[in-house]
Amino acid sequence: MFDFIFFVFAFVCVGSALFVAFTPNVVHAALGLASTFATLAGFYILLGADFLAITQIAIYVGGILVLMLFGIMYTHNIARVSGEQVMMQVGPALLVVVLTLFTLVATILSTAWPAKEVGPPQPTADRIGVLLLTDYLLPFEVAGILLLVALVGAVVIAQTPVRKSIEESID
Amino acid sequence: MIEEAVRFVINIPFALFGSEAPEWLVFVHVSLLYGGVFMMAFISVLAFGSVWAERKVSAYMQARLGPMEVGKYHGCLQTIADAVKLLFKEDILPASADKPLFTIAPILVFAGSLMSYVAIPFGPTLKVADLDIGVFYILGTSAVVVVGIIVAGWSSYSKWSIYGGMRAAAQYVSYEIPTALHLLPIIIMAGSLNLIEIADQQKTILTWNVWPWINPFATVSFIMYYVASLAETNRTPFDLAESESELVAGSHTEYSGIRWSFFFLAEYADMFVVSALGVILFLGGWHLFPIPVIGPFLAPFIFLFKALFLMFIAIWLRWTLPRLRVDQLTYLCWKVLLPFGMVTVTGTALWQLYFYKTTVGYILGTVIAAATIWAMIRIYKSEPSPDRRPPMVRRDRMAATQ
Repeated sequence: MFDFIFFVFAFVCVGSALFVAFTPNVVHAALGLASTFATLAGFYILLGADFLAITQIAIYVGGILVLMLFGIMYTHNIARVSGEQVMMQVGPALLVVVLTLFTLVATILSTAWPAKEVGPPQPTADRIGVLLLTDYLLPFEVAGILLLVALVGAVVIAQTPVRKSIEESID
Repeated sequence: MIEEAVRFVINIPFALFGSEAPEWLVFVHVSLLYGGVFMMAFISVLAFGSVWAERKVSAYMQARLGPMEVGKYHGCLQTIADAVKLLFKEDILPASADKPLFTIAPILVFAGSLMSYVAIPFGPTLKVADLDIGVFYILGTSAVVVVGIIVAGWSSYSKWSIYGGMRAAAQYVSYEIPTALHLLPIIIMAGSLNLIEIADQQKTILTWNVWPWINPFATVSFIMYYVASLAETNRTPFDLAESESELVAGSHTEYSGIRWSFFFLAEYADMFVVSALGVILFLGGWHLFPIPVIGPFLAPFIFLFKALFLMFIAIWLRWTLPRLRVDQLTYLCWKVLLPFGMVTVTGTALWQLYFYKTTVGYILGTVIAAATIWAMIRIYKSEPSPDRRPPMVRRDRMAATQ
């Protein structure tokens, strides 16, 4: 049963990732990415990590992807560019790809992959909450401060032209 | 009879294959049955009922009659006639539209709404999935709706659609934050994200989470959640995304026929989802009486009654309040709902530590609520009401006396 669902998810996930890489249309690529994110969430559910799965959907599809679509939509006619995909720097790209592939294959082959029988999935949300406020308190707080800094920074950046225009009007 | 029929439909894979029915077939069959048949049927009936109610309520508020012809009683079959008309309408595909995306967008929007129905319990026993993270799941599925709306707006290749899509998506994304923030107090109080558990913690009408003697911050949160959820479902007074006077119909301007009706269904389905979430989290779910006597048979009806009442308030507000401006919309989100959300979350955490369900807490909460209501009445009375202002001299009368 899990195998069947796993292979459906895997097929959709890899397929949509390839679609993202090969389609010339930016909006289609963004939606392919949405499908990849959603199927990744499906993998998390298969692994019993329900909280992580919904977080994946809420943050990657609801946040990052919507932001990307916003950026695309604010750009004039970006998706109707009828251009060929140009290959640049084939040599270095090939080198990086071959090295990455070699590392991945070597890792996959050399790992033992112990198969372990696990029971039905346990609720994870409360354990994540407890861990965040005990063992991982410092990273949690640091991430919070980072987000606050980003928020304040965004406001400052967005505010600058307004202030300048006001000063100009005063002058 | 009905029970036998339902049992037969559920057991179709076993009838075909005996006890060796392949697991994946059972899986697909059950998901299609719950999602595709039961929930679709529920949403359709709900939409038929609420569209008719919306038209009748608006007619009553504007001293009209509303639909009166179709069906014997006050045009009660009007929506069904409209639906049949929509089904037979020509399915128009704009020439310059992005065809695959144009086709997929209504599906995405409706699937997002349908997905959240999986987690909503209609009673202690009547539920599709008992998810441990029900609240979070319902918040998460709205992401799919946002993507659908953006895609609908973009793929139509029309400026009204794209403006509507942008506005709707921006509104969704920004109002998601206060909605989630105002649900947090309840999650802190319940210590769980499971909707059934949260509902069953409020066994009697006196222990609903909304009451100030349980937690005065949750009372504030309920009002704010309701406002934010109206904005999240793009209802008036927050329907900037499809304001007829500016944008024709928003992101679904170019849609017609059955595809358009999917957007329409999704709107009412979404309204029910946010109302149901409010009922479960704040208004005790299926518990109504001072003593917990509700059996599993009566529970869904009480739950539906409460959820439909919240939907009625949404309809009432739609025909009462004028539409907000964009700056008022952002002001409300970032300067009212969000700061209040932080206060209620912090306040609930402190209340939980010292006063939750203690005698001092009951008294303190009641006193705070009474004082607030008293202050509101004082403020209301101190403002000159329209009746007590100096009488306006009407121009025509002035012209007549001159």
